[in-house]
Amino acid sequence: MAESRLWDRKNQLIIMNNMFSLFANLQIVLSYDFMQHAFEAGTLVAIVAGVVGYFIVLRRSSFAAHALSHAGFTGAAGAVLLGWNPLIGLFACTGVSGVIMALLGRRAANRDLQIGVVLSFVLGLGVLFMNLYKGYSTEAYSLLFGEILGIRVTDVWITLAASVFLLIVFSAMYQPLLFSSLDEEAAEAKGLPVVWIGTLFLLLVAIATSVAVQVVGVLLIFSLLVTPAAIAQRLTTRPFYGMLVSVVIALFATWFGLIASFYIPYPVSFFITSVTFGLYVVVRVLTALRV
Amino acid sequence: MNSPSIIEARDLAGGYTEKKVWQQATFSIPRGAFVGVLGPNGAGKTTLFRLLLGLGTPLHGSLTIFGEAPKRGNIRIGYVPQRHPIDSDMRIEALELVRLGLSGTHWGWSMGTHDRAAAMEALRSVGAEELADRPLGVLSGGELQRIFLAEALVGNPELLLLDEPLANLDIRRESNLVQLIHDVVHARGVTVLLIAHNINPLLSVLDQVLYVANGRVASGDPQQILTSQTLSDLYDTPIEVLRDSHGRIAIVGSEESTHHHE
Repeated sequence: MAESRLWDRKNQLIIMNNMFSLFANLQIVLSYDFMQHAFEAGTLVAIVAGVVGYFIVLRRSSFAAHALSHAGFTGAAGAVLLGWNPLIGLFACTGVSGVIMALLGRRAANRDLQIGVVLSFVLGLGVLFMNLYKGYSTEAYSLLFGEILGIRVTDVWITLAASVFLLIVFSAMYQPLLFSSLDEEAAEAKGLPVVWIGTLFLLLVAIATSVAVQVVGVLLIFSLLVTPAAIAQRLTTRPFYGMLVSVVIALFATWFGLIASFYIPYPVSFFITSVTFGLYVVVRVLTALRV
Repeated sequence: MNSPSIIEARDLAGGYTEKKVWQQATFSIPRGAFVGVLGPNGAGKTTLFRLLLGLGTPLHGSLTIFGEAPKRGNIRIGYVPQRHPIDSDMRIEALELVRLGLSGTHWGWSMGTHDRAAAMEALRSVGAEELADRPLGVLSGGELQRIFLAEALVGNPELLLLDEPLANLDIRRESNLVQLIHDVVHARGVTVLLIAHNINPLLSVLDQVLYVANGRVASGDPQQILTSQTLSDLYDTPIEVLRDSHGRIAIVGSEESTHHHE
């Protein structure tokens, strides 16, 4: 009996010690300015990506998000070429592309062809801009794969402003957006402006994509915009809780990626994609076994 | 049916600016009637629904609904559009879709707690309470139609427009759904316009038929409209209406050889 109590006590001490060391580690991590900025921006991006991503998956618009991130690459490459902040190029190009996509085709599910046409043209421009840019190739690398650890204070503020704007607009249109995503014809008959709702949604996707590119880059955008939401839809059938789960997963993956990359010299985006993919596989297997 | 009419059409023409799909339609629908809207594919049945919903404009003539011109977002109308099967990956609970039928047009954030109670009541009224928390993607065609019906009923409409709710259902589920619709709307005093290809499952409940074909709309009692003479006149070609010993109907003719049969 006494032995067992001693064993429990020992385990408690180990757990407490680990928690203290985790807390101490976090303090060390956050004592660096660049890590602080990365955590601030990463947290905002994870919240925005979790919320918008849920609707991207619901509306089957992941190809649109993919295309917008590529448009963002071109915008950012153009801005770098002109000596501007790449974020400005990202917002401008994804925003314009989002509106064009919305105007070209009415239903999100039927937009693949139009999106593909716009995508190939815009990406071609991006390649040209990168070719014309005579600076370091790290700029291109960070656009393609993300470089959150190098984020500047200005970018954190821009990300905050964009995220607050997005969340306010999203809250205002939550129910009509959900209704038109699930039953567009009935929503239209009830008087909702479904075309405008679809256009506004693509603009929100453009904003979410632009801020997320900073963390995971153009090529890995799905890891924050699609995978957490896809996992969430496996775990709950209620949209509100689904969005919450999606945000929690995106936050966990981002924070884990930041801490891991602080100690292990691999890219943050690698850790984020690994965590979200791993969770996705586990959830798929578990739900398949349950069925 | 001595009740005052809730839909009045006078010399109405429907279609697109460049092309009239049908014209010279004159009919009225009394309150509480169960109306079958019949006719071949592409005849313009859904066009009629779009006019009633205020989603299109009459090309000619007049149309009133509840005594006024049709308008978009009329809360007195419940609408079930024709749709393709829901994606099996759609993992949203059925109750949420029904709830949106009530509050999906409200701007601003809401957790919708009160609406969920009303949605559950609507599901109960169509006998689909046990489907409330099931994902839409796993439901069968018949179960989905009950969910869509609940979605349309949740706002307590006075008129239901159902666009091909019987499509993709087997014979038994067709008649079950028709009986359910009939019982629910009868209890609530709701008027129904139901688009269908096959009239047979509807025969026992129909008060009136709107037959849309060949650019024209014929309206009247089912026994009066579904005759060889009337349909031949409507199509302007010989049509034969055959009835079996159970009263079921088959319509055969040079243009329409297959659309009403069992």
